[in-house]
Amino acid sequence: MTLTLGHFLSLGAILFALSVIGIFLNRRNLIVMLMAIELMLLAVNMNFVAFSYYLGDMHGQVFVFFILTVAAAESAIGLAILVLLFRNKSNINVEELNTLKG
Amino acid sequence: MDIKTGFFYLFSAVLLFAAFRVITARNPVYAALYLVLAFFQAAAVWMLLKAEFLAISLVLVYVGAVMVLFLFVVMMLDINVDSLRAGFWKHFPVAATVGAIIALEMAAVLMGGFRLAEEPRAAAAAASAADFSNTKELGKLLYSEYLYPLEIAAVILLVAIVAAIALTLRQRKDSRHMDPADQVKVRARDRIRIVQMPPTVVEPEPQPAPAAAEGKA
Repeated sequence: MTLTLGHFLSLGAILFALSVIGIFLNRRNLIVMLMAIELMLLAVNMNFVAFSYYLGDMHGQVFVFFILTVAAAESAIGLAILVLLFRNKSNINVEELNTLKG
Repeated sequence: MDIKTGFFYLFSAVLLFAAFRVITARNPVYAALYLVLAFFQAAAVWMLLKAEFLAISLVLVYVGAVMVLFLFVVMMLDINVDSLRAGFWKHFPVAATVGAIIALEMAAVLMGGFRLAEEPRAAAAAASAADFSNTKELGKLLYSEYLYPLEIAAVILLVAIVAAIALTLRQRKDSRHMDPADQVKVRARDRIRIVQMPPTVVEPEPQPAPAAAEGKA
């Protein structure tokens, strides 16, 4: 039994579904939500790398490189906003973030 | 079942377990540590796919930088875990439904298609040659065809640095600092103000003339 593209795509799909479930479960905890987003990006990158290998095309790996860059920037800004939020509200409960609600 | 398949199942099992623990861990510190484990396993899976450069950079960038940032933030904030965990399982039916829908849809797609790629194609077969360098190929592509996107990615990182610092920078209210520009611009007449005032002369008090008093006595 050899590895096929379906194996890696299934792994990515399960990982993505797990992180979606994680976002729903941790509706209050902003930190774990950010971690679940990182897991989602990892699942997407897994698909890119798998396609890149099985189709013999290096462009997929270049895309993974850019996704890594953007994800690093996103998590840095997200954590900065989180720190700012904690400084102002003294907790990170997402359900209390209704200041902009009309 | 060759050894590569065995390794794939091992890494995938640990990866999925770690991901499960990330979303259910009680303490965010444990969640961050399990996320580190998940990234390591993903890097190992990418090694199986002969993406060495991306596997190494995943470990370096994510485990080395992003997860350390996460750990710092988690440990710096004094989070009341119990209040965040309240109603944790309340959303579980919705979450399970959405997760099942996603898994089923993706399974439907995966079962139907992608029979074309049972075996790596010729280019991938060439990639398994002994002197093939994944990093070199990626670098050639990155610095020729994707040069402008690479520059944009660099600018995005710079903007992220500036934004993160600008968001969290805080001026101390009790610090008494000088503005160097103001110090340079200052002139003597800003510092000293010469005020013309009429001199006030204290009139000597009229002497009570003790001599005269003595004379009377």
